[in-house]
Parts: sequence; structure tokens; C-alpha cells
Amino acid sequence: MKRFELTSAPVDLALRREELRDPRSGGFCAFEGWVRDENEGRAVSGLEYEAYTPLAIAEGERILDEAMQRYGVLAASAVHRVGDLKVGDLAVWIGVSAPHRDEAFRACRYIIDEIKQRLPIWKKEHYLDGDTAWVACTHGGHAHEQAPPHAREPASR
Amino acid sequence: MTRVNLHYFAQLREQAGVGEEVVDTNAETPHELYAELRARHGFSLSADALKVAVNANFSDWQHALTDGDTVVFVPPVAGG
Repeated sequence: MKRFELTSAPVDLALRREELRDPRSGGFCAFEGWVRDENEGRAVSGLEYEAYTPLAIAEGERILDEAMQRYGVLAASAVHRVGDLKVGDLAVWIGVSAPHRDEAFRACRYIIDEIKQRLPIWKKEHYLDGDTAWVACTHGGHAHEQAPPHAREPASR
Repeated sequence: MTRVNLHYFAQLREQAGVGEEVVDTNAETPHELYAELRARHGFSLSADALKVAVNANFSDWQHALTDGDTVVFVPPVAGG
């Protein structure tokens, strides 16, 4: 299984979690992003994600590498849906395993923040009133510019 | 003239009316190329709202375009 994946099919969460098992890990942290039923006061019926696949995968792998190096976690993976989703569907899943909980939480947060800032993925919201709109999020830099206070070298074995 | 491949996404795809096209251009950089394409397709986004990727890597707007380059103008992203 690739560490960073784009898929138009539902995600097998149990499988993705099992892939991160490591006897050295004492903590596992996951984040799930779901499709919400409103955005900025407008009732949302569903949305579609479109990705520039080769660049999204390369950038996603870079983000996972950065998280592992910054926080010394043992394993990390992420999957982002593309195509049509409805309210309640899982849009993104991130999982991290690490020796201790602190680095697992921090790496998980880093990965979702950087995905939102950097991945070439676009979201078109469909509203209950029949209108649609491309959602313009912020563009650009890294969400985490500074080395975090708890950053350390990856565990070496 | 330089022949480049263009792939469009999100609102740029909708405004161009196509997902991709091959263009022969006198533009020497992505910056010049975007100005040319914006005039032709009526793109609403200005270049400073975009990033650019050449051959599937984020690139500089002053990158020297060469024959066969694949260029993607990246509108504001919204993953997650």
C-alpha cells in the first residue's frame, strides 16, 4: 500500500490502521475529515474533489516524510478522496504511529494542516439551493514554518 | 515557438472549456504564458492568485519553457 493515496473509492480504515502497527509504537493517532452539511452559512448537499494526481501524490509523500523527520514518528500514512462525496462521507484520513502519544498527535496535526495548504486538490461545493462554487482556501506557504519546540531527530534503530 | 502541454483544473478547467490542450506559444516563461492564456480564455484569476507547476513539480514563474513541457496553473487549493 502506498503511504499517500488518492482514491475515488471508500477507504478501508481498519486496513490502513493495521498497516501502521509497529512493535516500537505505543501511540496511534488518526484524523478523519468529513463532509459537513454547511459552509459559511450555506446548506451543503455534497461536494466534488478534483486533484492534479502526480503532483498531489508527490507533495503528499513529501508531507509525510517531513512529519516523520520533524516528530520522529515511526509510521504515517494518508488518503484523500477524489470525485463526488455526500454529507457525512470521509474526505481525508491520516494515521500516525509513534513511540509516545505526543509526537503522534503533533505529526497528525502537521500532516492535515500541510495537506490543506499545499496539496493540489480542489473542492466544489454543491448547495441545497442548486448552486455550486469552488471553495478558495488559502494558498501558499507552509502551515508550520518554524521547527516545533518538540522536534527531534527520527528515532534511529 | 515553443510547444507546451497544458492541463487545467477546477475553475480554470471550466473557464477554458477543456481539461487539456497543446499550445504553440512565443511565451518564454509561465508568467508570459498565463497572460496569453488569460487573454484567450478569459480566466478570472490573476497570476498572483496561482502557483505554477512544470512537469509535475512546483516551479518558478520565470522558469524557461522548453518544447514538451507540461504546465499546470494551480488555483487556490482546498484539500482536507
